[in-house]
Amino acid sequence: MSNTIKREPTKLVPVPSRNKIPERDADKHPIMECRHLGIDFGGLTAVNDLDLAIGRTEIAGLIGPNGAGKTTVFNLLTKVYQPTRGTILLDGVDTHNMNTTQVNMAGIARTFQNIRLFSNLSVEDNVKLGLHNHIKYGMWQGIFRLPGYWKEEKKAHERALELLSIFDMQDLADAKAGSLPYGAQRRLEIVRALATEPKLLLLDEPAAGMNPSETAELMENIVKIRDTFNIAVLLIEHDMSLVMNICEGICVLDFGQTIAKGTPEEIQNNPEVIKAYLGGRKE
Amino acid sequence: MKNNRKLRLTKTSRTNFLTYLMVIVAFVVLNSMSNAGMLKSALQGQLVPICAYVTMALALNLTVGVLGELSLGHAGFMSVGAFAGAVAASAMRDAVAAEPVRLAIALVIGAAFAALAGVLVGIPVLRLNGDYLAIVTLAFGEIIKSIINNLYIGVDARGLHASFVQNTIALGDGGRMILSGPMGIPGVTKISTFTAGFILIMVTLVVIFNLVNSRSGRAIMALRDNRIAAESVGINVTKYKMMAFVTSAALAGAAGALFALGQNTIIASKFDFNQSILILVFVVLGGQGRMWGSIIAAAALTVLPELLREFADYRMLVYAIVLILVMLLTNNPTLKGFFEGLAAKVKKSEKGA
Repeated sequence: MSNTIKREPTKLVPVPSRNKIPERDADKHPIMECRHLGIDFGGLTAVNDLDLAIGRTEIAGLIGPNGAGKTTVFNLLTKVYQPTRGTILLDGVDTHNMNTTQVNMAGIARTFQNIRLFSNLSVEDNVKLGLHNHIKYGMWQGIFRLPGYWKEEKKAHERALELLSIFDMQDLADAKAGSLPYGAQRRLEIVRALATEPKLLLLDEPAAGMNPSETAELMENIVKIRDTFNIAVLLIEHDMSLVMNICEGICVLDFGQTIAKGTPEEIQNNPEVIKAYLGGRKE
Repeated sequence: MKNNRKLRLTKTSRTNFLTYLMVIVAFVVLNSMSNAGMLKSALQGQLVPICAYVTMALALNLTVGVLGELSLGHAGFMSVGAFAGAVAASAMRDAVAAEPVRLAIALVIGAAFAALAGVLVGIPVLRLNGDYLAIVTLAFGEIIKSIINNLYIGVDARGLHASFVQNTIALGDGGRMILSGPMGIPGVTKISTFTAGFILIMVTLVVIFNLVNSRSGRAIMALRDNRIAAESVGINVTKYKMMAFVTSAALAGAAGALFALGQNTIIASKFDFNQSILILVFVVLGGQGRMWGSIIAAAALTVLPELLREFADYRMLVYAIVLILVMLLTNNPTLKGFFEGLAAKVKKSEKGA
């Protein structure tokens, strides 16, 4: 199968990938760039030779059939897995020696395909955990309830409600995260990720399980988030209406290989992509 | 509106407040009964151990319920605290005359040594997860027991002397042995009081509640709920695991010191595997992460064997049956559903009335 796919010589998606991207980004280097990224699990090559560049305020899409290795790419970018090959540059800094925590502090936040909330904690606490590294007081100040505790907790409380208001969720602040409906849990994950003040937000199937009207709303919100926070977004999604509508650059994976990269129009007309999704005649 | 919001926010605080209240009321009642001589002498003697075990249960609940890691060696930390505290109190016998001050210093020393042990054990252990962590903490408990069983400490004018071989300690004039290996510490001066125990429980509650409801506590609970998600929002896993584990160890050490200074003799084999399991039973029975549950379970299960003394031979049997019954009552879904339904009905009729 894999030898039927002709691999083009590596080509970076141009930044900006579409004229929707503000002028100011044109000359700047990409926020995240990976070169020849790959990982093997035993004998299986899950991702191979991935080259990707994402603009400072770009909304980019990563698509592909099931098992193509999309989530593995997210796990590589956030260092849940250590790459076997290749480099990841985040804002020009090599993340080679970083672990998941450090990568987050360097500016990548993510959501998960199978929701991973702190389900026994309240919605507000979940957001406050996203704010963790921006709340400045230590263990002793917390135990003895020193002024720093009250000041910082008040600030965190206000900031958490402010962030929750993006999705109009501030009234749910005291609810237990695990008791929220599915869609709200997905949105809470995005809020929690945003609270860490990332430069690049990775969304793993944000529209999964949502109905068309919810998806349309989510689409607006993703663009709104990009515009208000001035960050880049890379998303995995199977809902093509979402991907084709809001993504400025798209990368298509199949069996861990990059089979196409370009603007939505280019991708829609790419024969390799059509073959990967719909199957092709055997040659 | 604002007021209303505040009231809603305080659900956790209300539980915490009721827990404090419960401890204070229990102390006032028991203390006045004790002063009036209304307590049976058997129960009278149990007051300090109850306080020590309640503190132990609270400390272990921090590890098991809040951090979500199983520790089978908490008696080890209790042991470290007990012997450090007892040796310190004995060595200070002449230097610090006031008993409450000496007790306070002994508790702090016990907590400090247990915290140190917590750090040493934590460095390798907290890289492990689940069962492996339980196995290593179990081994730690046994190792501590062996070390103290072979440790000899004496004191003279020049200070403390320690050795692992009995006759190598050359004490000067007026010197005396404090800890003599498997014999333990034979002549402990009883300086622990019920009031001191009560204060220790209150301090433990303040530390745990304030820790849990702060930035650090949130991070610790986040690790329990979902480690990968916690890492993804930039939480330093090792740091917060260590923080919870060492705090838990320190509190266990203070509890150990309180316990030791309320006994006549204290030997290392008292703090064995059974002891660790007993404390774990308090926590599981009271509910993981539920501090008031730990307090009630620890107090009840410490008193119960004493109350069952009349049954003499059948004491452990009855104890086991009671344990099983309580477990069934609290964890059996059918029975739980029955009681919850009953509670709902009561509430409904109250509302109707």
